[in-house]
Amino acid sequence: MTDAARASVESALELDKVDSHLHPEGSFDVADHPVPTGREEVWRFTPLRRLRDLHADADLSGTSVGAEADAPDGVRIESIDADSPLRGTSGFVPVDRVSARVWHEAARRYAVTVPRETELDAPVFIDVRGTGIEGASSTHVVITAEPHSKATVVFRFLGSATLADLTEIVVGDGAQLTVVSIDDWEDDAVHLGHRHAKVGRDATFKHVDVSFGGNVVRHDTTAEYSGPGGSVEMLGMYFADGDTDHGGQHIEHRLFVDHTAPNTRSNVVYKGALQGEGAHTVWIGNVLIRKVAEGIETYEENRNLVLTDGCQADSVPNLEIETGEIEGAGHASATGRFDDEQLFYLRSRGIEENEARRLVVHGFFNDLIRKIDVPAIEAKLTETVEAELAKNVLKALPGGDR
Amino acid sequence: MSTLEIKDLHVTVETEDGAKEILKGVTLTIKDGETHAIMGPNGSGKSTLAYSIAGHPKYTVTGGSVTLDGDDVLAMSVDERARAGLFLAMQYPVEVPGVSVANFLRTAKTAIDGEAPKLRTWVKDVNGALERLDLDSTFSQRSVNEGFSGGEKKRHEIAQLELLNPKVAVLDETDSGLDIDALKVVSEGVNRFREQEGKGVLLITHYTRILRYIEPDFVHVFVNGRIAEQGGPELADQLEAEGYDKYVKAAAV
Repeated sequence: MTDAARASVESALELDKVDSHLHPEGSFDVADHPVPTGREEVWRFTPLRRLRDLHADADLSGTSVGAEADAPDGVRIESIDADSPLRGTSGFVPVDRVSARVWHEAARRYAVTVPRETELDAPVFIDVRGTGIEGASSTHVVITAEPHSKATVVFRFLGSATLADLTEIVVGDGAQLTVVSIDDWEDDAVHLGHRHAKVGRDATFKHVDVSFGGNVVRHDTTAEYSGPGGSVEMLGMYFADGDTDHGGQHIEHRLFVDHTAPNTRSNVVYKGALQGEGAHTVWIGNVLIRKVAEGIETYEENRNLVLTDGCQADSVPNLEIETGEIEGAGHASATGRFDDEQLFYLRSRGIEENEARRLVVHGFFNDLIRKIDVPAIEAKLTETVEAELAKNVLKALPGGDR
Repeated sequence: MSTLEIKDLHVTVETEDGAKEILKGVTLTIKDGETHAIMGPNGSGKSTLAYSIAGHPKYTVTGGSVTLDGDDVLAMSVDERARAGLFLAMQYPVEVPGVSVANFLRTAKTAIDGEAPKLRTWVKDVNGALERLDLDSTFSQRSVNEGFSGGEKKRHEIAQLELLNPKVAVLDETDSGLDIDALKVVSEGVNRFREQEGKGVLLITHYTRILRYIEPDFVHVFVNGRIAEQGGPELADQLEAEGYDKYVKAAAV
């Protein structure tokens, strides 16, 4: 072995520490995580006062949120204890107070396991349903797709709730796992979610995050690689309304892909629409390319369509590159209003203005729905988008037919 | 029967230096079954005329009138104009990501007719129109104008012309950027439209080439926001030989 090769192997074996607020040192000790004040970089967008103390010291032992699974044969779903060895297998280390508290205090813990080389012929559906906002609830789930298995797990969040949850995801070598999260909450729900995935050698992980409902929804979604050749795709769509009975919706996605292994790929695409006074969305897309991560390819993109005045869309892509020996790295962020030329084109074909707007928004999301490519939920997603559009876009747009 | 009547039309566009007049009194009547070609150099206001008829918000009509069978077109919204029977084939058709051609065509047809087309005949109509324009059947699943070649965009415009079947079609430089095969296909589409009774066509072009395939009844030379000369098809031949120079010089005086 040449010296250069040896140096390369050595550098591949160690992950240097990188100082950055994007990926703070985690800790399992709650005392290491002071209650955020709102001035911290990672909390400055979040309306802490509306979190019902989830970020601080709310009692997390509530039982108003239940989970029901509808699963095909071959998958194992079981409750687990606080001392289960499955916990932590994703490499998750709490980075904030709420996730540290969920780690220790979760009222419900369970595991979803797809055995080695098992290919599920239908998605696993897990309906998480809340019956009220009083008494915060917390859950911790560990999803494991063992090596060379193939599965899709769909979480649907429904009803009213104050929920802090933690989802650990382990994608074994050569496995293909899709996890879909659909926030279809009632208007009064508050949901702080953490998801962390560890993606194995030559494994494929797709995370789909759909957030339509809820009052405040904040998701931290992070991924790392345990071997070379892994692929991560994170797709998201969100629709924030203002003027609800509970104030404008706040929908926040904080993403972090940590390229911890060479020849890995990541592709992040989130699209959002906002309308109504007080609607607020936040998208933070962080990618770190570590020194070991040679030959990787990453792209992240966020697009927001602002439908009315009075909305705010924050969009911050961050890319940190520790090695130049990569295939490619890029990001894009665009926030805009309706394109007048698109509307003119559609209207010049006789299509009324409201219908033309509806069509443009439909197309904006449809583009992404095609990429999601989970046939079992595609029709439902299209329907949800259409319902959201019918409910709001047609109602709220000023001007009508000009 | 359909008559598009443009009388003394004045149009301005907002620029950094304030409103600038582009059309300076255009008068033109397209009667039943007539095809009029408007030819002129770049910047003469040809496209402004097309977009003003269609109602693009960028252009402000400051004087004159446009009527379709006596109805005031300028009082109509963009979509009302289309439903009244006007169609603009655009020089630069706009991309609408995520909206399939099939969905777009069906939505437009429903809007124009006031009712959804019958499914069975509609699918046949769409496939037929696409096929006649040399567009394959997967075309209807693509997003409107997204990733289309220049030729595909123009052929898609003419497919819409066939399917929406307006009273009067305004074709804005539909020939530009087309190779000869595509030009023939597009021209045949326009001719199929013209062969129907009572259809008017306003064909805007920079080049005489397309007029070999679509023979106009009248040719108008457009210079500096006005019609500088009009005549029959022979005027096109003269322009082919002599160019626009003499009109441009005359207008500059």
